[in-house]
Amino acid sequence: MSATSGILLDDVTLGYARHPAVHHLSGAIGSGSLTAVVGPNGAGKSTLLKGIVGMLKPLSGSIGLGNLTRRDIAYLPQAAEIDRSFPMAVYDLVAMGLWKRHGLFGGMGRGDSQRIGDALGAVGLTGFENRPIGTLSGGQTQRALFARLLLQNAPVILLDEPFNALDTRTVSDLLDIIRRWHGEQRTVIAVLHDMDLVRAHFTDALLLARSPVAWGPAHEVLTAENLFKARHMIEAFDPEAAICSRDAA
Amino acid sequence: MSPYDLLIAPFAEFDFMKRALVGSFALAMGAAPVGVFLMLRRMSLTGDAMAHAILPGAAVGYLVAGLSLPAMTLGGLIAGVTVAVLAGLVARFTALKEDASLAAFYLLSLAVGVMLVSLRGSNVDLLHVLFGTVLALDDATLILLASIASLTLVAMAAIYRPLVLECMDPSFLRSVSSAGTPVHFIFLGLVVLNLVGGFHALGTLLAVGLMMLPAASARLWTQDISVILLISAAMGVVSGYAGLLVSYHLGLPTGPSVISAAGAIYVLSLIFGAEGGFARRFIPIRHLEA
Repeated sequence: MSATSGILLDDVTLGYARHPAVHHLSGAIGSGSLTAVVGPNGAGKSTLLKGIVGMLKPLSGSIGLGNLTRRDIAYLPQAAEIDRSFPMAVYDLVAMGLWKRHGLFGGMGRGDSQRIGDALGAVGLTGFENRPIGTLSGGQTQRALFARLLLQNAPVILLDEPFNALDTRTVSDLLDIIRRWHGEQRTVIAVLHDMDLVRAHFTDALLLARSPVAWGPAHEVLTAENLFKARHMIEAFDPEAAICSRDAA
Repeated sequence: MSPYDLLIAPFAEFDFMKRALVGSFALAMGAAPVGVFLMLRRMSLTGDAMAHAILPGAAVGYLVAGLSLPAMTLGGLIAGVTVAVLAGLVARFTALKEDASLAAFYLLSLAVGVMLVSLRGSNVDLLHVLFGTVLALDDATLILLASIASLTLVAMAAIYRPLVLECMDPSFLRSVSSAGTPVHFIFLGLVVLNLVGGFHALGTLLAVGLMMLPAASARLWTQDISVILLISAAMGVVSGYAGLLVSYHLGLPTGPSVISAAGAIYVLSLIFGAEGGFARRFIPIRHLEA
């Protein structure tokens, strides 16, 4: 992957109907970094990913992608909106990862089926090619979605709680793939809840509780003191909230 | 009666039967794949709503120019596209979801349509618009039906990938392409186009039948979208042929006969379908090793 300036967050506030979910966040996600976004439920972690991928416009501030575009970002949403009753085989689901390569009309060649086969192999789903997606278990579905991410070959990869409800073996297989991406200098940002896993495998961490609590090397961010702070910073939703005064300054 | 008399003679001997057969084949091949995607997007009732929405446009065309093919087609197209776009806009910019706004607009549209038809002409005219005239297809109508079917198949092939993605993983489509919204409206345009084609042959109410019944039937046989598309078109074609024969031999109205044939295929699929039919549920089969 080419060297880029990474993702720049400049005093970003993201939210819904004027109520902030991520409040005044500034910082940079370095190119090639492996960043975990952690924090309590409702802290704005998923909202931040939606902002970076461009599905949500900031209420204020800006998100800079450097020399990348939205299309360079591969995004795996939490509980992907996949219609699993759709009549489609695993092979075709994974093949969608080649969209950028082939677009609307491009034909699939021999090299492509090789690539799809390799991706399925990498996630341990060899032999599942012709299975309807509706017959996969939760873990197998997540493996298939990781195979699709592999084919997307994106310089930036956003994962929203990718390990939810997965057994330890699936987690460790998928973690291998994340480490492989990191080794290939791709930028990986993952929303996670397992602090031990973050400490063990991630270089950076952003602790979010609507406002940023701490951001930096994972072991420095995930201290007992910071985590305690994050737990107490979530305010209840206030329909009568006043207009934020920080923008006026 | 020989098999020839039963199955082929009506079409060999009567020109109007030949035309009806060609017309219903064209209709089935275009409408069935559209119906498959309506069904997969949980929009099965949208076809029905759109069919009602077309009525006032066709009626205006009829009022202006009498039983004129171009006028009624154009009117129907305009009315259908207007309702589709309005419903889409209401869904995007208000608290209402698309089904609610579509229901509101098609009811309004239908009321206006019935009023317009009653302004001039008798109930016979209304029956023509509602139930079609498959036994009186002229050259122009046949060419229209064939053009709509061809255009539909070409357009479906062109938007196939984003259409599938928009059904099964819309957020992924949004992340790789901005084709989602245009594809949605092109697809709705195809729905309207096929219904407008259908109402000349089968009438507004029954046109939906040839769109949705083969789609629902085909879904009960396979888990592969491309096979579903083929089976559904084939089922539509068979329904057209069988319906015309039944109508000819028993002297029944043609449109309803065609739809009843599609309905019979649907019931058979419900019972025997390999993917989720009744029979599979109630006939005990021993489970497998792995």
